[in-house]
Amino acid sequence: MLSYLLFIATIGGIYGLLALSLNLIWGGVGMVNLGLAGFFAVGAYASALLTTIGHAPIPAGWLMALVAGGFAGLVVTLSTTRLREDYLAIVTLGFAEAVRLIASNEIWLTRGTDGISGIPGPWKRALGPDFNAVYFLIVVLALLVVFFLMRRIDRSPYGRALRAIREDAQVAQVAGKPVLRFKTEAFVLSAAIAGLAGALYGHFTSYIAPDMFLPLITVYIFLAVASGGTGRPAGALVGAYMVMTLLESSRFFVEWIPGVTAVQRAALKELLIAVALIVVLRLKPSGILPERMPPAPRPS
Amino acid sequence: MTPVPLLQLKNLRRAFYGLDVLRGVDLAVSAGGITGLIGPNGAGKTTLFNVVSGLVPPDAGSIRFDGEEVAGWAPDAISRRGLVRTFQVARGFPKLSVFQHLMLYGRDQPGESLWQAIVGTKAVREREAALAERAWETARFLKLDHLIDNPATALSGGQKKLLEIGRALMAEPRLVLLDEPTAGVNPTLQNEIGERLLELPKRGITVLLIEHDMGFIARLCNPVIVMAEGQVLTQGTFDEVRTDHRVREAYLGRRAA
Repeated sequence: MLSYLLFIATIGGIYGLLALSLNLIWGGVGMVNLGLAGFFAVGAYASALLTTIGHAPIPAGWLMALVAGGFAGLVVTLSTTRLREDYLAIVTLGFAEAVRLIASNEIWLTRGTDGISGIPGPWKRALGPDFNAVYFLIVVLALLVVFFLMRRIDRSPYGRALRAIREDAQVAQVAGKPVLRFKTEAFVLSAAIAGLAGALYGHFTSYIAPDMFLPLITVYIFLAVASGGTGRPAGALVGAYMVMTLLESSRFFVEWIPGVTAVQRAALKELLIAVALIVVLRLKPSGILPERMPPAPRPS
Repeated sequence: MTPVPLLQLKNLRRAFYGLDVLRGVDLAVSAGGITGLIGPNGAGKTTLFNVVSGLVPPDAGSIRFDGEEVAGWAPDAISRRGLVRTFQVARGFPKLSVFQHLMLYGRDQPGESLWQAIVGTKAVREREAALAERAWETARFLKLDHLIDNPATALSGGQKKLLEIGRALMAEPRLVLLDEPTAGVNPTLQNEIGERLLELPKRGITVLLIEHDMGFIARLCNPVIVMAEGQVLTQGTFDEVRTDHRVREAYLGRRAA
């Protein structure tokens, strides 16, 4: 049971990283990234390939994931600068599908739909059964670092400028803010974090395949950020763990319901998650921890 | 020798879908006063503001501001150069407080570099503290200090207009373009806004404003520039343009022969 809980907590932490990544650009600048799963996959593959085929040490893989995710983010933002806001959503969705299709078909590199197995975990052999606990701590550490980074940005003049761009980019520009620079930086940073999350995922499960990076993950993360509270890093984290808890606990809950088949159970599970999220958003429309408006410092 | 104008437009042209909205605008605004820009609806006044502030690129012509050609510049670059505008319908950021609105417009903010924001350097803290002091001072000047922690959406129409002026002030501009600063504002607050605007030239800020209220224009503006059909018709003191028959024709139409 403990190892199951650790497993859930670790995956929840990885979802938390993704939620922080999405919150930075969606909650922060108002850019809709429907391709989150794509950046997640880029990071996972970059690190997996470097540490299996490349035999590089695991930290080098994580670093590579950050760089690869960020670079993919840069390419996507720069290729959409001339498009209107809503087209970014379409392009990112297409990007994520393209990444998945490349991973499925470029067999020489990614081993196609068979996926990459044997991705090394840190001190896995030496740790034996304690691996899950140690890995959980690694994820928590990464989560804390990213969380404090995001909170700093959130409360800085940088975060203020991002918010202004989210509310009205044209007025922000008239206020002297170089909108493109802010958007590009935020998107690249966000994509890098998603990439890191992907790497942490791969080295935890030791196996990745294209069908792990379906758009459904992006949907879950959007639900997490929306129900936790857009525009507030703590909200994104709470939302991620809440969605994770819902996903897992509903699995046990439906077991108790008599007289339904396995297929019906699976459908019932989805239904339960949907109802729970509707209830949350009905009671707290801005999420569990809504965005705050910091008070002005009083003059001394 | 006449001084070089702060803003000089030469043969500025802009068309939308084949319709000439600006048909060769020539005008000059000299530093240090409040210049009024009037004209019937459709004369091209707001389009002129959009072109000068960089939101809409001109098709042709020159915009010289403070000794530099700024035609074709991005709006943020023009704003940082010292030319800030407001909008006819007050536009702001719904989820930002009055204080955050004011802070946002502060210029030269080291905390807007990603790296410095994360590290939180001394330069960031010092600039924030200095800007916060200015923001409070500006809020008091505009009598918005009791609303400083409210979201901008909680302000009345007139207060929103005041906040727009306050934002422009925070940017420490050389020139502000005010697009109908008293549109839809009650007379009491309108006087208030007028009085605040008279203060701006004393602070070294030149004002160019569009307005339809002629009483307001007469009280505040000298000179007054009249636009009609995408061109400058005439310019002079309020009394001069008021008695100009071309101005009457532009507003009321020609007398039938």
